Amino acid sequence: MKGKLLTGNVAAAAGAMLARVDYVPAYPITPQTEIIETIADWVREGKMESRFVQLESEHSMMTAAGAASLAGARVFTATSSQGMLYTIEMLYNVSGWRAPMLLANVSRGVAAPIVLEPDHNDVLAARDSGFLQFHSETCQEVTDLVLLAYRVAEDKRVMLPAIVNLDGFYLSFTREPVVLPEQKDVDRFLPPYEPVGPMRASAPVSRGSSVFEGFLYSYFRYNQHAAALKAKEVFNEAAREFEGLFGRSYGPVEGYMLDDADYVIVMSNSFTGLGRQAVRRMRERGVKAGLLKLLLVRPFPSEEVAALLRGRKVVGVFDQNLAPGSGGIFYPEIAGALYNTRGRPNAILPVIGALGGKQTTAKEMDAIFEEMVAVDRGKAPSPMFLMRKDEMSRVKKMVSVAEGKS
Amino acid sequence: MAAATRFKTLKDMPTGDYFSPGNTLCAGCGGILAARIFHKVLGPNVAWVNAAGCMTVTMSYPLSPLKSNWLYTAFASAPAGAQGVRDALDVLIAKGRLPKSEDLKVVVVTGDGAAYDIGLQATAGAIDRHLDFFYLCYDNEAYGNTGFQVSSSTPFGSSTKTTPATPIFPIGNLSRKKDLFEVWRSMRAPYVATLANSHGLDFLRKVEKGTGITGPKMYIALAACPTGWGFDSRDSIELEKLAVQTGIWPLKESVDGVVRHTFVPRTLTPVSEYLKTQGRFSHLFEPEEKTEAIATIQESVNAYWREAGAREGFEVKVPAAPARGSPSN
Repeated sequence: MKGKLLTGNVAAAAGAMLARVDYVPAYPITPQTEIIETIADWVREGKMESRFVQLESEHSMMTAAGAASLAGARVFTATSSQGMLYTIEMLYNVSGWRAPMLLANVSRGVAAPIVLEPDHNDVLAARDSGFLQFHSETCQEVTDLVLLAYRVAEDKRVMLPAIVNLDGFYLSFTREPVVLPEQKDVDRFLPPYEPVGPMRASAPVSRGSSVFEGFLYSYFRYNQHAAALKAKEVFNEAAREFEGLFGRSYGPVEGYMLDDADYVIVMSNSFTGLGRQAVRRMRERGVKAGLLKLLLVRPFPSEEVAALLRGRKVVGVFDQNLAPGSGGIFYPEIAGALYNTRGRPNAILPVIGALGGKQTTAKEMDAIFEEMVAVDRGKAPSPMFLMRKDEMSRVKKMVSVAEGKS
Repeated sequence: MAAATRFKTLKDMPTGDYFSPGNTLCAGCGGILAARIFHKVLGPNVAWVNAAGCMTVTMSYPLSPLKSNWLYTAFASAPAGAQGVRDALDVLIAKGRLPKSEDLKVVVVTGDGAAYDIGLQATAGAIDRHLDFFYLCYDNEAYGNTGFQVSSSTPFGSSTKTTPATPIFPIGNLSRKKDLFEVWRSMRAPYVATLANSHGLDFLRKVEKGTGITGPKMYIALAACPTGWGFDSRDSIELEKLAVQTGIWPLKESVDGVVRHTFVPRTLTPVSEYLKTQGRFSHLFEPEEKTEAIATIQESVNAYWREAGAREGFEVKVPAAPARGSPSN
């Protein structure tokens, strides 16, 4: 089936329209704006039966989103970068309220310094908030994951909010063919949202009550964790049904040329495409390379990661994020998933790359696999920080301009 | 000419209560009393949307003293929570998924910390969007729930935990109280009013008036605070009355920007009569009287009423400020 050429941003908006969202509280930030502009247009042209309201900050936007979800509306919103950081407090609240709304995050590096292109420190700042996280590699995935995310989030066994992540620029402003599902099929896949205990005149409720006992607080937190873990099974069920209806198959992780692979790179989001190309080049050179893509980031698919990485020689974890003073954020999660399993890989190579959307060449990607092979031959797996010589010489020139030397 | 009201005398105060007795707030709390009276006028179908404060701790799982709906949001964004609830109800009713009978009046309830400081931006947004909601600020003039630290509502001369009166800072708080009534009015909220629990009829009528107005209806209720202010909890109402009679707490309203004082104290009681009843001002009288500071407060109250009288055409007899420079005896 041939798709329509859509940007990732329009693909996200299209997902929201197909999901028949009731309410879209919004606040603009580059590179997310096209999502909310598109929805605003559709609402004002009568193509989308939703209420669109622009708030005065992301913090308020998420407050309105969570509150409306509790009151019974299906809610969609979007943010990016600083907006994600600005609303972190509300992410924890909305998740604690068990309000299953959906937030599209268009990844962009975080300030300071200010940058516009993507890395994943923004969405991973929400890592521990209790939002489910689905990360997209393509524009098609953006639309599909919006629908899947609602289905999982609103399931009574889950009832947690979700983030669908798409990379700024590389997906947000890139047109790719997207097959939009038929509305009638979406309606079969995604029934209307049924809130649990919404605020009503006939049946008043208290939400967000305080809890002053540690044991009670622990109970609610464990409950939230159990629901998040359950979301994986619910996602798998939903994905099977989705495949039956729409013919596209999704899972918590995706393997690429893994069958006999000795050297496996773990990636997520749009840069995964560069990893696939590198795997093919390596295979041509006789290196048994493979790739593991993380689609589901919360709940973290530990079992799937462990199963697919079992018996590999070296695993490289490509972190498009940086926790200064620690390293990449996915690296310890992958290591944690593997440590207590039999036949775990001999070594894990941490790689930090593509920060702020830094262009990553084939040579750089190949260097990662070459390093994995070197590690297999006994080299210590010390972290790689991708930066090319030509880039470094440009850095030096700019630094000297900034220092007034040239 | 005042509009028709169902409240002719205080005896018309509705007997139904939506807060159960025996909640977790302090005895003599002006805040919960204001919320209780407010609720009586609005009737049962209410969704309270709260920001962090004393009221938050009344809803302690699994108990609630409230017979209506409640949502705690966060310190900075209760008005945005009200936006979400209002919009959700509107859209569900419009789509025919919710009967009109399930509709709720959406009421933000916060203390002055949220209203004057951290939540002012979210309030401004809600007013700009002409959100159809009520905002009840119970104003005890400091961050009471955290132990009484200064807020931008704290009046000049008040001692707080973060502006304590000391030998080198003998006056306590040196900032003037923010005029939130004027801030809200300047944002073009269609209705803004001040309330005091001591003036119940005025209180009831103002809330009643709000029910007939679409858009943001903004209220600032004086909330006598026995623990923070330092007075006996049985004196709450007397103290609020004194705040009104001294002219420190003007009772007024703004309808579409036009301000009218709803109670004019013809002869103002000297401010020192109010100040000396409370621990937060005790340093103004002991070990010696800080006449400069008391004069500053009196002059500011006098100036306020002279200006208000000139604008609205009434006269108020103001007390002389104490002579500056020498302690009175």
